[in-house]
Amino acid sequence: MKTGFYPGCSMKGSAREYSESLLALAREIGRELPEVPDWNCCGATAAHNLDRDLALALPARILAAAEKAGMDEVLVPCAACYSRLKVTRHELLADDSLRQRISGLVEADYRGSAGVLNIIEWLGRVPDLEKLVKKPFQRKVACYYGCLLVRPAGVVKFDRPEDPQSMDLLMKKIGADPIDWAFKTECCGAGFSVSRTDLVARLSGQILDDAVSRGAEAVVVACPMCHLNLDLRRPNIEKRAGKKFHLPVIYITQAVGMALGLKPKQLGLQRHKVSPSALLAPASAKPPAGSKSASGDSPASAPLSGSSAGAPASTASKVN
Amino acid sequence: MARIGVFICHCGENISATVDVMKVAAEAAKIPGVAHSVEYKYMCSDPGQQLVKNAIREKGLTGVVVAACSPRMHEPTFRRACAEAGLNPFLCEMANIREHCSWVHEKGDATTDKAIDIVRTLVAKVKKNKALQPIKVPVTKVAMVIGGGIAGIQASLDIANAGHQVILVEKEPSIGGHMSQLSETFPTLDCSQCILTPRMVEVAQHLNITLFSYAELESLDGFIGNFKARIRKKARSLDEKLCTGCGLCTQKCPSRRIPSEFDAGLGLRPAIYVPFPQAVPNKPVIDREHCTYYRTGKCRLCEKVCPTQAIRFDQQDEIVEADVGAVVLATGFDIKHGDFFPEYGYGKYRDVIDGLQFERLASASGPTLGEIRRPSDGRVPETVVFVACAGSRDPAKGIEYCSKICCMYTAKHAMLYKHKVHHGKPYVFYMDIRAGGKMYEEFVRRAMEEDGVQYVRGRVSRIFERGGKLVVKGVDTLLAARPLEIEADLVVLATAGIAQPGAEELAQKLHVSYDAHKFYAEAHPKLRPVETNTAGIFLAGACQAPKDIPESVAQASGAAAKVAALFSQSELVREPLIAVVDRQAPPVYSSCVGCFLCQSACPYQAIEKEEIRGRDGQLLKTVAKVNPGLCQGCGTCVAFCRTKSIDIQGFSHEQVHAEVLALLNRGERDA
Amino acid sequence: MRSEAHAHGVGAALSDRVREKTGVDVARCYQCGKCSAGCPLASEMDFPPSQVMHLLQLSAAFPELAEQALRSHTIWLCLTCEICYCRCPMELDIPAIMDALRHESLQQRKVNPRARDILAFHRAFLDSVKYTGRLFEMGQVVDYKLRSGHFLQDLLQAPWMFLVGKLHLLPERVRNRRQLARIFAKTLKARENRP
Ligand SMILES: Cc1cc2nc3c(=O)[nH]c(=O)nc-3n(C[C@H](O)[C@H](O)[C@H](O)COP(=O)(O)OP(=O)(O)OC[C@H]3O[C@@H](n4cnc5c(N)ncnc54)[C@H](O)[C@@H]3O)c2cc1C
Ligand code: SF4
Ligand code: SF4
Ligand code: SF4
Repeated sequence: MKTGFYPGCSMKGSAREYSESLLALAREIGRELPEVPDWNCCGATAAHNLDRDLALALPARILAAAEKAGMDEVLVPCAACYSRLKVTRHELLADDSLRQRISGLVEADYRGSAGVLNIIEWLGRVPDLEKLVKKPFQRKVACYYGCLLVRPAGVVKFDRPEDPQSMDLLMKKIGADPIDWAFKTECCGAGFSVSRTDLVARLSGQILDDAVSRGAEAVVVACPMCHLNLDLRRPNIEKRAGKKFHLPVIYITQAVGMALGLKPKQLGLQRHKVSPSALLAPASAKPPAGSKSASGDSPASAPLSGSSAGAPASTASKVN
Repeated sequence: MARIGVFICHCGENISATVDVMKVAAEAAKIPGVAHSVEYKYMCSDPGQQLVKNAIREKGLTGVVVAACSPRMHEPTFRRACAEAGLNPFLCEMANIREHCSWVHEKGDATTDKAIDIVRTLVAKVKKNKALQPIKVPVTKVAMVIGGGIAGIQASLDIANAGHQVILVEKEPSIGGHMSQLSETFPTLDCSQCILTPRMVEVAQHLNITLFSYAELESLDGFIGNFKARIRKKARSLDEKLCTGCGLCTQKCPSRRIPSEFDAGLGLRPAIYVPFPQAVPNKPVIDREHCTYYRTGKCRLCEKVCPTQAIRFDQQDEIVEADVGAVVLATGFDIKHGDFFPEYGYGKYRDVIDGLQFERLASASGPTLGEIRRPSDGRVPETVVFVACAGSRDPAKGIEYCSKICCMYTAKHAMLYKHKVHHGKPYVFYMDIRAGGKMYEEFVRRAMEEDGVQYVRGRVSRIFERGGKLVVKGVDTLLAARPLEIEADLVVLATAGIAQPGAEELAQKLHVSYDAHKFYAEAHPKLRPVETNTAGIFLAGACQAPKDIPESVAQASGAAAKVAALFSQSELVREPLIAVVDRQAPPVYSSCVGCFLCQSACPYQAIEKEEIRGRDGQLLKTVAKVNPGLCQGCGTCVAFCRTKSIDIQGFSHEQVHAEVLALLNRGERDA
Repeated sequence: MRSEAHAHGVGAALSDRVREKTGVDVARCYQCGKCSAGCPLASEMDFPPSQVMHLLQLSAAFPELAEQALRSHTIWLCLTCEICYCRCPMELDIPAIMDALRHESLQQRKVNPRARDILAFHRAFLDSVKYTGRLFEMGQVVDYKLRSGHFLQDLLQAPWMFLVGKLHLLPERVRNRRQLARIFAKTLKARENRP
């Protein structure tokens, strides 16, 4: 099984630390991650907003290149790119004439043999991750999946679209305490980071607000776009909210890397706008406590008391 | 020489819009043996039937083919008409050119040709038809009612009051069904228990009713008037005759933290329990799954405290057999539970509850004694959001149909809440309000106008918990589809009404048909709403589709009337479409060689051995014989017989062969 | 059965064209509003998603409503977050419809003036991809600033990004850029140049 790696544009630039931490992690666990040869941009939001064929052709060119290089699957750590690649593969496999037309556009015979893998799936495959942990990441974390890892459910077929759990499970494996919160899959403002910063400030602000109010010590993300909005746009968010959020946002690979004992520099932790230095200090001694909410636990545990049911009436019931 | 009459119906435009009926009539006239061929707009109408009758008399017809709808629809109609004109009814056949032709094809020559072919095959068949005599069978005047909700109770009482015996089978420890869980009922807000419990008591005391509670149907064989039921009485783990219902055991039982089914999981009950104080019968059962003794082998406290030594730990299920003449299915419905709505947190947040749970909160006999308190912390909710259509009209997460009762009970819930918590704020999210029915619209208006319930037209997208409140993110589509957010203390989902979990299994035991949602199918959606497709089995209540109490009761009384009509006859007439074994003159007597393969194949044990003896009593031959009372005409034996000695009357080898040949010959002609 | 009479070709209603392109039949929408209730940007939109569905539903009878949909701000605000599709009880792929409407709006030059910045950003993005094969963030931001006229807004972040090594002065490039140029020529460019 040959797994290729599609970094995508932001991991070469504004999300450099995502790729640094991923590659450091891959080295640590002894995985090769060869890049897809001569890969191009997936087209992101811009392409599918403006032209359908272009939106399919750009990812198809990447996938065709991976196929040609004999890759069985491609790891796409950026959730946005993952979505574009996954949607393209889905649509082209569902419609053969479309597949042929797009193949013509990209001047390669795209067959759809290479699968598309997201970062959680890739990390989930590391055998006995728990045993590799050197420094349990004993933090309350808010696992932020964003939109595109889990939606549209029929295409990505990964985890459940509401209240997903896969990242939470992964965090538990490295000793973290994932909180039960409400904004796991709400939108952060996505591609509006530059063009509509005002909207990003509002949407991302709601996400941070909820995470902070439930005691999260960090938000864990798997998408450079989400990171950009939640971290780099922090000044805008705080300005709009009229308050400060001292909540670092880290990539899932950085969280796992820290637990595996990698150095902050190796993980690119110095590159964040909101410093994650608090996470580097030894975790407070308290064991990770379950975050119990007012009405969150199991329904049958304590039904209303004062029931008279169960005992048969010894007197006749009142009947009109 | 055969003289066949062919009668082609337009069925208004149902047939004539796609089939050229004139051409069919003209072509039919050319078929050898056809003496008369006409078309008419409504053949089933009185003038239409008169056409058939006159032709029989005037043209001396020896057989009739009516080319119209399915025989399921009008075969009895035309056979009766033939009989009235003096022709044996079994010499009349239907050629189905509607369901099998005009409804399923586009207009065109090919469609008309197919209609002609269908007529041709039936003409070929009817030429081989033989006059048959109907079979008479006796009727067992005992009805079995399955399900003891309000529908089953009503049907039982009506049949019993008509003077017939009733066996009522209820799978739960008590009868009462969902109605016993309700607080007050729309549209009059009368107390559910107060109108229901007297009827439950009446059932228990009625001399004509035998109640098997905590029992289920094991199997049903036979046919209308002559069913054989096997009923499994599940072990209650006590001797019902000795138990006085004193309740000491239920008070002493140490394992008491079991969520009560009756309180929809909001209250607790012990392992030995009666579902609710007004239960009928008022005798406990031991829930063996939770009982300490069955789990660990120790305890038996109930046995020690029982003053009449009624506890029987080693009791086994018991099978009771009964002969019954008719069955009324009244197994009711269920509502959708579980976490099928993850965006609403149903099954995750304790204060997101369903309609039945709200009924228990509002009920004077419920876990809060009728005070509206939310499950998580027992506080009185200041703001309650009711969400209609939670899973109804929702192909993605629920079911596509409308559950029909939720609009009404949601209005009722909001009203009851307001009556109990005067300062409370009830909101209802709805898509449409379906309040057709006597005093129904007025009831909903009252909720809005007098009780100030806030109706918001739109669906809720998501509910999540924040700081002890439930944040409801909805929309009002009447306000330009602007999103709204409500911080609620309690959310009540009107979850979809669905079929009973065991509905399909029971239907298969009874050989009754059901729809895609496992609701039992009525024989005709308009004209036969209380009958199933299986003769002698009737429907009552919400097992057919979600419905409210008035409708359930009306249908139950309808089913009871059908049963009473059936029982008013001393004999039933059955179609003679059964298997017969070949009989011939001596010395052959029969082509049957007596291998009795048919006997082992028959699923109804209808095949017997007959000994043919000479005048001197000497055994000449043992051959198969069909018991006409048991044979269902399924034809399995025919397929097994190696010497072709068994035939089904009305569908003989000869008849079917003639039909096939009629089609094949047509092929030759075209080629 | 649905009448096929005006389902194809010119003069077909917008709803029919949308169905042709996306396979989504807007007649299935029963206006429950759940999409609008969950849409993160519904309150910013001139027509929240359920209303866009209704504009399309009536577009055959009232062409001016089709016009309103194509000229709406909504279609450019939609983030393709897929929340609406995920929760729609009738499983209407609204994001796909939004894509189709954007494409028509662009081709017919009916883009809402308030969406200028958003469109400028998309164009700048794709220009970068067209010339280098990859997104050159620095280049794109500068290009966007020029197109949108918001010069200072984001450049304030730039020095910091240089400092932490996130922005590069020179673009990364795909080797086979000619091929990429051909893809653009046959897709976006071909359509945008159509009269
Ligand atoms: C929340 C809520 C509120 C409602 N409020 C009102 C109201 O205010 N007014 C109104 O008119 N209607 C109301 N209804 C509707 C009402 O509950 C139904 O109309 C009524 O219960 C239907 O009666 P039924 O006998 O057909 O079915 P059920 O009440 O479901 O009874 C069926 C019975 O059959 C038994 N059974 C099931 N399967 C088997 C089996 N295989 N063998 C033996 N027994 C079996 C069950 O245990 C049960 O006892 C409400 C419904 C709900 C959910
Ligand atoms: S055996 Fe014990 S636990 Fe079981 S019903 Fe009797 S008292 Fe209760
Ligand atoms: S959620 Fe679906 S059905 Fe409801 S209004 Fe939106 S598109 Fe229409
Ligand atoms: S995909 Fe677009 S329309 Fe749908 S919820 Fe997200 S932003 Fe709103």
